[in-house]
Amino acid sequence: MALLEIQNLHARVAAAGGREILKGVNLSIGRGEVHAIMGKNGSGKSTLCQVLAGRETYEVTQGTVTYNGRDLLEESAEERARDGIFLAFQYPVEIPGVSTSYFLKAAVNAIRKHRGEQELDAMQFLKLVKEKQALLGIEQSFMNRAVNEGFSGGEKKRNEVFQMAVVNPMLGLLDETDSGLDIDALKVVANGVNKLHQQDKDRAILLVTHYQRLLNYVVPDFVHVMIDGRIVKSGGKDLALKLEDQGYEWLEAEASQPA
Amino acid sequence: MTQLEEQTMMNLSNLSRLSRGDGRQRPWIDEVRRGAIERFEKVGFPSVKEEAWRFTNVSPIAQSTFALGEGALTESARQVSEQYGFGIEAAAELVFINGIYQPELSRAGKLGSGVRIGSLEAAIEEDVPEVRQHLTRHARIDGNPFVALNSGFLRDGAFVRIGRGVRVSGPIHLIFVSDAASQSTVSHPRVLIVAGEGSDSQIVESYVGTPGGRYFTNAVTEIVAARDSRIDHCRLQQESLEAFHVATMQVVQDEASNVISQAATLGGKLTRNDLNVILNGEYAESTLNGLVVIGGDQHVDNHTLLHHEKANCPSHELYKYVLDDRATGVFRGKIFVQQDAQKTNAKQNSKSLLLSDDARINAMPALEIYADDVKCTHGSTTGPVDEDMVFYLRTRGVGLDAARHLLTYAFAADITRRIKVVPVRRRLEDFMAAQHGLPQDLRITDLGSHDEAAR
Ligand SMILES: Nc1ncnc2c1ncn2[C@@H]1O[C@H](COP(=O)(O)OP(=O)(O)OP(=O)(O)O)[C@@H](O)[C@H]1O
Ligand SMILES: [Mg+2]
Repeated sequence: MALLEIQNLHARVAAAGGREILKGVNLSIGRGEVHAIMGKNGSGKSTLCQVLAGRETYEVTQGTVTYNGRDLLEESAEERARDGIFLAFQYPVEIPGVSTSYFLKAAVNAIRKHRGEQELDAMQFLKLVKEKQALLGIEQSFMNRAVNEGFSGGEKKRNEVFQMAVVNPMLGLLDETDSGLDIDALKVVANGVNKLHQQDKDRAILLVTHYQRLLNYVVPDFVHVMIDGRIVKSGGKDLALKLEDQGYEWLEAEASQPA
Repeated sequence: MTQLEEQTMMNLSNLSRLSRGDGRQRPWIDEVRRGAIERFEKVGFPSVKEEAWRFTNVSPIAQSTFALGEGALTESARQVSEQYGFGIEAAAELVFINGIYQPELSRAGKLGSGVRIGSLEAAIEEDVPEVRQHLTRHARIDGNPFVALNSGFLRDGAFVRIGRGVRVSGPIHLIFVSDAASQSTVSHPRVLIVAGEGSDSQIVESYVGTPGGRYFTNAVTEIVAARDSRIDHCRLQQESLEAFHVATMQVVQDEASNVISQAATLGGKLTRNDLNVILNGEYAESTLNGLVVIGGDQHVDNHTLLHHEKANCPSHELYKYVLDDRATGVFRGKIFVQQDAQKTNAKQNSKSLLLSDDARINAMPALEIYADDVKCTHGSTTGPVDEDMVFYLRTRGVGLDAARHLLTYAFAADITRRIKVVPVRRRLEDFMAAQHGLPQDLRITDLGSHDEAAR
């Protein structure tokens, strides 16, 4: 059975009169697989990620999502996180007044507690953090700063992957983690993602990206194209090359054909 | 005539007996009292028809019967004073019951030459020059009826004088305990702080009372900061939730003095604080930070008035309110920049976090500027806990309630982490942590300043 099974997922903005954004997404992610979703601005990629992470701004109107054999849509955002889903945000949120160190410790221990594991004490936590900081080239001082506050765009993205490395999820959703990274940082982050992926053969990754470049480093098993709230095309890593070359027009023409 | 006004008149006879009877009190202070009572008789309690009192209705105070609190040392008062003491962390700790100095509970210590910390009554009797020079000269009875009432009943309180060039290490803690264990009481604590040239001190005023006590604390503090002096002042109001608390703090700053005022209001059923600062010398610097954390039916009204009289003075002001349940908050912050006050740099900000749909805040910033070369900004924001932040925390496994609590704590920590007086900061952080079920080891410090408005 797949790790994540999305069937005919429809979602709209929950506010009164909110429009439909996801219009029937089908996607199956097996254990250990790396998937990439590409697609034009506004096609619904981030909305899909947010819905999977449990954002209540969106209302699921149709369809099912099964994760690890359970109905994911029944679970709150924090339950999903504790069950191993991690969302690296396209726009990481700044939280003034909360130190990264406190924040991460709270996160790690909430997850460990849920899994029936012993909570980490200060020393164990520090050791874990140091190890992951080294992996992602994160400065020590990050930990004492407020979460994402005053971080540069690239630092924020790197910090997301650092957090992912610390909490050790089963399914990582990386929403445009590559945008805003310089070439060296991209390699470091990609290397971090690969290491994580290799550590656990069951761990799956869903990358949302606009660029083929990331996929040179983190090689996907499958590439999907999202247009107007649907996945209209799936293929191997060559599909990304074709998109880079030809853009989305040929697909839009295909998609507008009645099924 | 309201009941308290009747009471006032009745107590007047006691008052004159008290001052004349023992012959130790000075005639000038009798004059001050008489003038103040006359003033109060004339104007009475303010009404909501007056602009400055529009959002704070003091009729529950006026209509209550209070007995003038005595200075007797009771067991209940002793317990309260111990509970709120800083112990050895304080350089000196003075306890007052219903405004009256308690030598048995106090530790004044020896803090350096020219330093005097103790009973105001004793200082009046000894005719200490600074007392004669400053007491009642700054907090004006015609500015606020409650100041008139306090001055009319002026008897004891704290006198703090920091000698020229003296640097006191550790906070001087003044604990004002309202003892209403046996009856509803009113007290009029008075504080005079005179900081000598180049001196440096931390002074904390705590206002507390017997738990559940129904009483009225009507406090007035005058602070005189001589040139180059530095005062780090904290005001911790943790009165009983049935108490009324009205206070005026009047600050006068001379050249290049630096006064930091940090006012935390956690208790009281109805609170009104007036903080008036006059920057009366060039390069004087003033920081006014405030934190209000209330719920239930509590009401807190902070009025701040900052007078920039001279050139080149920076001022920073940040007031933060955390309002839960049906609590109501008022913030009125006014900055006057006089014609001579060129190169003024004044920043004012108020931020409110509404934890319930029924909580309310009225924030009214105001600038009045008569100089042309100045930099003045003010702003005010109000809203619930930021849902983007809550979601971000939840995607990391932090539960919904814990996320809200953490963000509320962080909101307040923006004020608390600036407080350099350690026991005060800890008191506030512990209070917030306890209220929000957060671990006591949660300390958010050294995060760098994310709001430069107040330092
Ligand atoms: N909360 C919301 N309220 C209103 N409209 C929304 C909301 N969230 C998303 N949308 C709209 O839904 C569409 C899809 O947005 P989404 O962020 O999912 O796109 P995306 O594919 O991630 O785009 P990009 O590549 O630019 O990141 C956009 O038109 C967006 O404006
Ligand atoms: Mg997006």
